[in-house]
Amino acid sequence: MTVETSTWATKKGLAQMLKGGVIMDVVTAEHAKIAEDAGAVAVMALERVPADIRAAGGVARMSDPAMIQSIMDAVTIPVMAKARIGHFVEAQILEALGVDYIDESEVLTPADERNHIDKHAFKVPFVCGCRDLGEALRRISEGAAMIRTKGEAGTGNVVEAVHQLRDVLAEIRRLQGMREDELFVAAKELQAPYDLVRDVAVSGRLPVVNFVAGGISTPADAALVMQLGAEGVFVGSGIFKSEDPARMANAIVQATTHFDDPKILADVSRGLGAPMRGIAMEQLPESDRLAIRGW
Amino acid sequence: MRIGVLAVQGAFAEHIATLATIGVEGVEVRLPSDLEDVSGLILPGGESTAQRRLIDRWGLREPILELARAGVPLFGTCAGMILLAGGITDGDPTVLPLLDIDVRRNAFGRQLDSFETELAVPMLGDRPVHAVFIRAPIVERVGPGVDVLARLDDGRIVAVRERNVVATAFHPELAGETRFHRLIATMAAEHDDPGEGSGRRPHPTRRTGMAR
Repeated sequence: MTVETSTWATKKGLAQMLKGGVIMDVVTAEHAKIAEDAGAVAVMALERVPADIRAAGGVARMSDPAMIQSIMDAVTIPVMAKARIGHFVEAQILEALGVDYIDESEVLTPADERNHIDKHAFKVPFVCGCRDLGEALRRISEGAAMIRTKGEAGTGNVVEAVHQLRDVLAEIRRLQGMREDELFVAAKELQAPYDLVRDVAVSGRLPVVNFVAGGISTPADAALVMQLGAEGVFVGSGIFKSEDPARMANAIVQATTHFDDPKILADVSRGLGAPMRGIAMEQLPESDRLAIRGW
Repeated sequence: MRIGVLAVQGAFAEHIATLATIGVEGVEVRLPSDLEDVSGLILPGGESTAQRRLIDRWGLREPILELARAGVPLFGTCAGMILLAGGITDGDPTVLPLLDIDVRRNAFGRQLDSFETELAVPMLGDRPVHAVFIRAPIVERVGPGVDVLARLDDGRIVAVRERNVVATAFHPELAGETRFHRLIATMAAEHDDPGEGSGRRPHPTRRTGMAR
């Protein structure tokens, strides 16, 4: 009996197990327990939630391994952690720690302005952000086993997440309607490998699980992106920047499961206290936008 | 015939797709009312702690237990096996304790220890099952009424059946493996219409007590 670890099926498979669930940003072991008790399917361990990264400015880096370890010890659900775009040594450190998934994330300050991490070289699976289909397929060709649209992290504003998810899904539908000989040009325009473009045109979906991130801060936000076609959600600042994190976390979990049932959504949205304050996109200068990081 | 797939969280779409490849309709189950008219129920992989909370929040525990007691076949994969276990070694609360087994969660370690292998499952024939294990549990104890369907080379138990309940620590639905789903569909069909082969000869117009 041969046993193979870290195969494509196991990397992509863990993301499949997270579908229909909520992955929550946590900064302490205590937060991680609250998230787990609220029904999170995984936690993202980081030093500051995106809203605080925004407020603090400066260079945002991989979190302290001791802090990540304390979260891994506190919960039994999978633990993810972020590495800077292109910072393959941060990724090596996270792999050595034994995290379950690495997020090569635009929320941290990029370490390389041309190259992303060669994710095939790692045993641990990666999730990467995208704004459109071409970016998603470039990340998958580099080895990402899970995709999330980026939204605009730390704003509490779902508008960018909606925009990007609609774009990705509309581009997939466009490919589905193409003749075989048109897919070559489509691949050129998407700046993505032809084989992946063709695979998407035939199957009508990304070859990996697709979550939504960046700006989800209420149960209704989560249900909105689920109804649009997301397979699950990441919630960053939306939980621990709200008035009552445990209740908000639980309500977003319920809404992600019952995304298509307005009665249940009304029920779980009741009396949650104030969600995070949020930022309108017009107030956010181009230089403060995180989603444009990544190439 | 329709087979329900618990859809509170996890890889339920993969099970519905696998059922479709063998010509069986799968239906998503999120609320007790979704269990009406299902002839079998699949509990998919996912995060067992998250699934447990959703099962309890929406009152699915009793209706599923009732279904199982009526003889409807159940099939759990990975997290589904944990939900069906009568005991969980780390003390996590049991959910649908229908199998007389103890399981250890995340028994192989973290994601880096997830693996694929070829597994002999004699009940399904000579061709091995391609088994994908993702942060998988193992069965550490089986009761006397439990059939062991598969073991790893080192003897650890990874698939079991007890009466109408089947569970695997791995994911047939991720590897294009349909034989477990065929087994459940057959068990479901037998439950719907047990036929007249067991010596009993009810009057053809009086099939009382049988779910159709």
